[in-house]
Amino acid sequence: MSEALDPRPYAIADRLSGVARIVGVTGSKGGIGKSVVASTLALAWADRGARVGLFDLDFTSPSDHVVLGADRTFPEERFGIDPHEVHRIHMMSVAFFAGDAAVPLRGAATTNALLELLAITHWGDLDVLILDMPPGLGDTSLDVINLVPGLEFLLVGNGSRVVIESVRRAVALLSELGVPLIGLLENMSRMDDGAVASLAENFGVAYLGPIPFDPKLEAALGDVERLRQTTVYGEMERLLADPALLAG
Amino acid sequence: MHELALADAVMKAAVKAADDAGMTRIDRLVVKVGELQQIEKDLFEFSLASVLSTQDPRLADATFDVAEELVRFGCNACGREYGRPEVSFDDGAEGEAIHFIPELSHAFARCPACGSPDFDILAGRGITLERLEGSGSDE
Repeated sequence: MSEALDPRPYAIADRLSGVARIVGVTGSKGGIGKSVVASTLALAWADRGARVGLFDLDFTSPSDHVVLGADRTFPEERFGIDPHEVHRIHMMSVAFFAGDAAVPLRGAATTNALLELLAITHWGDLDVLILDMPPGLGDTSLDVINLVPGLEFLLVGNGSRVVIESVRRAVALLSELGVPLIGLLENMSRMDDGAVASLAENFGVAYLGPIPFDPKLEAALGDVERLRQTTVYGEMERLLADPALLAG
Repeated sequence: MHELALADAVMKAAVKAADDAGMTRIDRLVVKVGELQQIEKDLFEFSLASVLSTQDPRLADATFDVAEELVRFGCNACGREYGRPEVSFDDGAEGEAIHFIPELSHAFARCPACGSPDFDILAGRGITLERLEGSGSDE
């Protein structure tokens, strides 16, 4: 051993060994609804009886706890730390530690925070762990691709040309890296010009369909009973019922 | 006690390093504990001892030394380097958060010269396996 070793990466496979499936919900732009999709997907999956984990990896702007109305209390310590159980979802977020404080992190610090939480979080046995990715293909995305075994991605986009352009780059890169793509979900759909479906077809990625813009969604955030009445929850149920998509 | 998970990671890293070095026996581990993470040396030694027997048989008779390293921050805004005594964060919830995730120092600590949260942690962050000694080693 010629150099000092960071021990944390060596524990990650063991910490995730009880997790059957890991799905990263990603998209190349902010504000396209990744956290709502990730959190609502977790809720719908848990409602179907699955053992579900949700890991908010947007360390500088965590929001899954807002979507699901989770209390921001410190996780319990055991062998490592236990995720909070929120509406039957096992949930981890820096929001549980940081309170209302902003968390300004450069790239190396982001990687360190990710490594720390992957090394100490005791996920236990799960059918699926959903990773809510930060926008873009920066440090966190590259780190989870390198560190998390068996990772699949579900891409979220919308019909805006600005988003289409960046989603195209993301699909190309993830395909080049050989990261399995479950499909491309068109969120907050307001127009029916087929741009997202065409993009998916061009790259040979499954088009998971549009989620129409739902004006009731904002008022439902933080209230899971109302969240279950939203269009996005209904679409998550549809995806989970389709053996060709997320079921199975 | 999340120190157990970190101690377990140290042992897994040691086993991998021993594999890479072709060690048939591991005699000694030297582990560095950064001041920022506020892990008590005695507690971490206890944690290492607790997980030792659960790992590779080559670790059965291994000893370990735990050395502490002072934290040093380097401000990206003004260039000032400073240590823990110059940084104020409370020992309650803020200190506890940093204990679990040292990067949360960016949420609660500020440069004593210019007040910026934009700093690098230059040394003394967390746990490192510094050295491994054993037979068949190249140490």
